[in-house]
Parts: sequence; C-alpha cells; structure tokens
Amino acid sequence: MRLGSAIVLMGTLIVASGISRAQNIQLPQKVEAGKAFSIPTSGSGSATLYVVGPGQAIKREVSLGTPVSIPSGVLYAAGEYVVVLVKGSSRRTSTLQVVAQNQPDKLAFLAAPSRLPVDQQQGISGTVYVFDVYRNLITAPLPISFQLTDGSGSKQQTVTSSNGVAWTSMNSSGKEGNATFVASAGSVSIRRVIDEVPGEPCSLSISAHPAGKVLHLQTAPVVDCTGNPVPDGTIVTFTEKAGDSISTVDVPVKKGIASIDMPAVNGATFSVASGTMIGNEIRWGGR
Amino acid sequence: MKHLWSIALLLSAPLAFGASAGSMQVTPPNVHGSRPVEPSTESAVIRDYLQSWEALQSALSHNDAQLLSRDFVGTALTTFTHTVQDQQKLGLRTVYSNPSHHIQIIFYSPNGLSIQLVDTISYREEVLQDGKSIGSKEVQVRYTAVLTPGATRWMVRVLQGDSAQ
Repeated sequence: MRLGSAIVLMGTLIVASGISRAQNIQLPQKVEAGKAFSIPTSGSGSATLYVVGPGQAIKREVSLGTPVSIPSGVLYAAGEYVVVLVKGSSRRTSTLQVVAQNQPDKLAFLAAPSRLPVDQQQGISGTVYVFDVYRNLITAPLPISFQLTDGSGSKQQTVTSSNGVAWTSMNSSGKEGNATFVASAGSVSIRRVIDEVPGEPCSLSISAHPAGKVLHLQTAPVVDCTGNPVPDGTIVTFTEKAGDSISTVDVPVKKGIASIDMPAVNGATFSVASGTMIGNEIRWGGR
Repeated sequence: MKHLWSIALLLSAPLAFGASAGSMQVTPPNVHGSRPVEPSTESAVIRDYLQSWEALQSALSHNDAQLLSRDFVGTALTTFTHTVQDQQKLGLRTVYSNPSHHIQIIFYSPNGLSIQLVDTISYREEVLQDGKSIGSKEVQVRYTAVLTPGATRWMVRVLQGDSAQ
C-alpha cells in the first residue's frame, strides 16, 4: 500500500470502559516520518493524547468530535510508539508506527583506507548508510551508486541498499595520485579523496663511477611495478663487501634516485636492496 | 565450538532490563559477503548492544540523559537525549519491561568500522504522567542498530524501530 498520504492504514481503537462508544478516534497504523496527518475523532468533550516511544514523546489536548491534526515536522523519529488517549479517569492505548521517508537526504560514507599503494585488488572499500531528512535510517531498498575516479579512469558500481546500508570494494589504480570516491543516492552525493601512492620498488639497479679514492654509487630511477617513482624518503640499502669487512649504508631516495660514495677498495663488491627487492651487484677492480 | 561457547556465555549472563529479567535469542550472523564476524566480536557487540538497551531504559525511566553517553553516539545519542528532554517537559516517564530479544548480526563493514544487527524485541511499555501510570502496551518491533567501535566498547550510533522490512 502506498504511503503517498500520511495515513496508510486506518485502524479503529477499541473504546475502553469509561469512554463512550460514541467517543472514538481512528488512528493510522503507520505514518511517514515528519509528514502531517490527522486523526478523526468522534464524541464530545476534551481529552489528552500522548504519543510516546524511545524516539520522541508528544502530548496534545484534543477536542473529541473534531480531527486531531499533527502538523508536518512534529512526529519525525522513526519507530514504534504507544498512543494513549486520556479522558478524565479513562484511558485507552494503541500503537503507531512511524517509518522513515524513502527520500535520501544524508549519506554516511565510510571510505577506507585514506591512503594505499597502487594496484591493490579490492583494496578500497566504501560503506554507505542512508538517512532521510530527519536522520532516520532508510531501511527500504534504494539504489546506491559508487564511483571511483583516478589516474586510470572511472569505475562505477550500483548497489541496492539492504536495511539501510550498501557497500562495495574496488581496485586501486595503477597510477599514483588522488582518487575521488563518490557515493550517491537519489540527488544526494558525498565525496571522499583517497591517496593512491606508489608501491614497493619493483626493480633496483646501480651503477658505479670512480671519484678519487671513493666510488660514487647511484641507482637508476626507483619505481614500483607499474612504473610510478617511489616516494622520496624510501630507504635504499647499499652494501660493500671487501674481504671479511662489510659496510652497510641506508640512503633515502631523493628525486627518484639514491646515491652514496663508498671507499673504492680493489676487489670489493657492492650491492643494493630496498624492502624485499634486491638489485644488481658490482665488483670493483681486478683482484 | 568456540563460537557456540561464546554465545552460551552470553546467554547465561543476566539480562537486566528495568526491573524485569528478559529472554534472548541469537541467530548466527548472516553478513552477505561483507567482512566475516569473529565469535569474539559477535559476543562483544551483542553484550554492548544489550547494555545500551539497559542504559536507554534507565534514561527514559529516570529522565536522565547522562545515562546515555556511555553507550550511544551520533544520531542515536541525539535522538534519545531529545526524548528525555521531551519527557521532562511533559512530566512523563516511560518504563520498558519484560524484554525479549532476538538478535542477528547482518552486516560488518569491510573496514571493520561499523556493524549492523537486527533485533526483534518484545516489551511492555508503560507511560507515566507525573508518576502515575496512564497506560501500557505490549509492543513487538524489529529494531535496526548500527554500532561503531569506541575506545573500549562498541557504541550504538543508530537504533531505530522499523517493522517495514
């Protein structure tokens, strides 16, 4: 049954003892949050109407025989309410259900992580909770659109919400940079920015050039497996082995390369590593 | 086995809900492909959720919104605080008793930052005006709750009765 008007189903309250059968109200079983509705009454005299639940409590003085108007925006918290009509020492009770509107007004969008390496399968997740204008969770199914735009283009998925929530997961791009992650429901959208950073170095190579009594060692540009330069500050470890002597130096990448001067010992070998990646080895001299 | 044991422990715990003890049933999680729920997480979530109901009952019974802050945040805290304020203005109190919970976790976000459950709950709601009972009613309603992790416990961010499903 459609909720186009505030009143969906009309149920007649059973008149309790003490209130004449001529004095009656017809209470909707279900109303939409925040929508105006009226409760027809019969009989005469004044009474007090209470609508009480965990989400709200309201009280209205009513004149039996005329409709009770509940204006727009008065009863807005979704939930189950106990309704009590009190006239003198007589009272009767019923229940009233307030349901969320079906029009999204606010999205709570949890996108994670805020920063991740490129090329991660299902590495980005987004969870959306959908609320109406009164911050009620809309539990009716709604189409939720997720769009991730990054250096390699745009990906879109539409998911139907269930019990007020929809979620998805997507791959990070092959290119570093900021990705825009947008969730939309109806005319409402919300945006998050995810920083996609280069991954671990994928290959390492060094070259050596003599400079007096030292050897100038320098890497080729250090890149991840999709060709993105690794961030400056990534540590590259240079190792020199000369006989039983081993020297190790950690050097941060600057402007895409790492370099160091090490003693030019004849017969020494030089190697390089970063994270789990091991690069080439150079032997210096003829011994 | 571990899972069953944790639920059994939970069930054996006294369920304080106002002055009346209630009953509780837990159906195993059905999270439809989102992050699986570890038994220890399930136990903690249900424990904290039930404690949040105790806090809500106390707050609405005593018109003391401060009782809500340990268990509720965000929308739920705002909503129930307003209800307490409404009741105070109108001279009302509400007593919820004889609760019966039937709980199932239905969603755990992939990043672990939120968890959702449904609870078909039956209780008696009694409304008091200036300390005198003006009416009571047995109510059965399906609640949807969204909890998020706090510093030491799961906090209820959304708690909404909705039989629309």
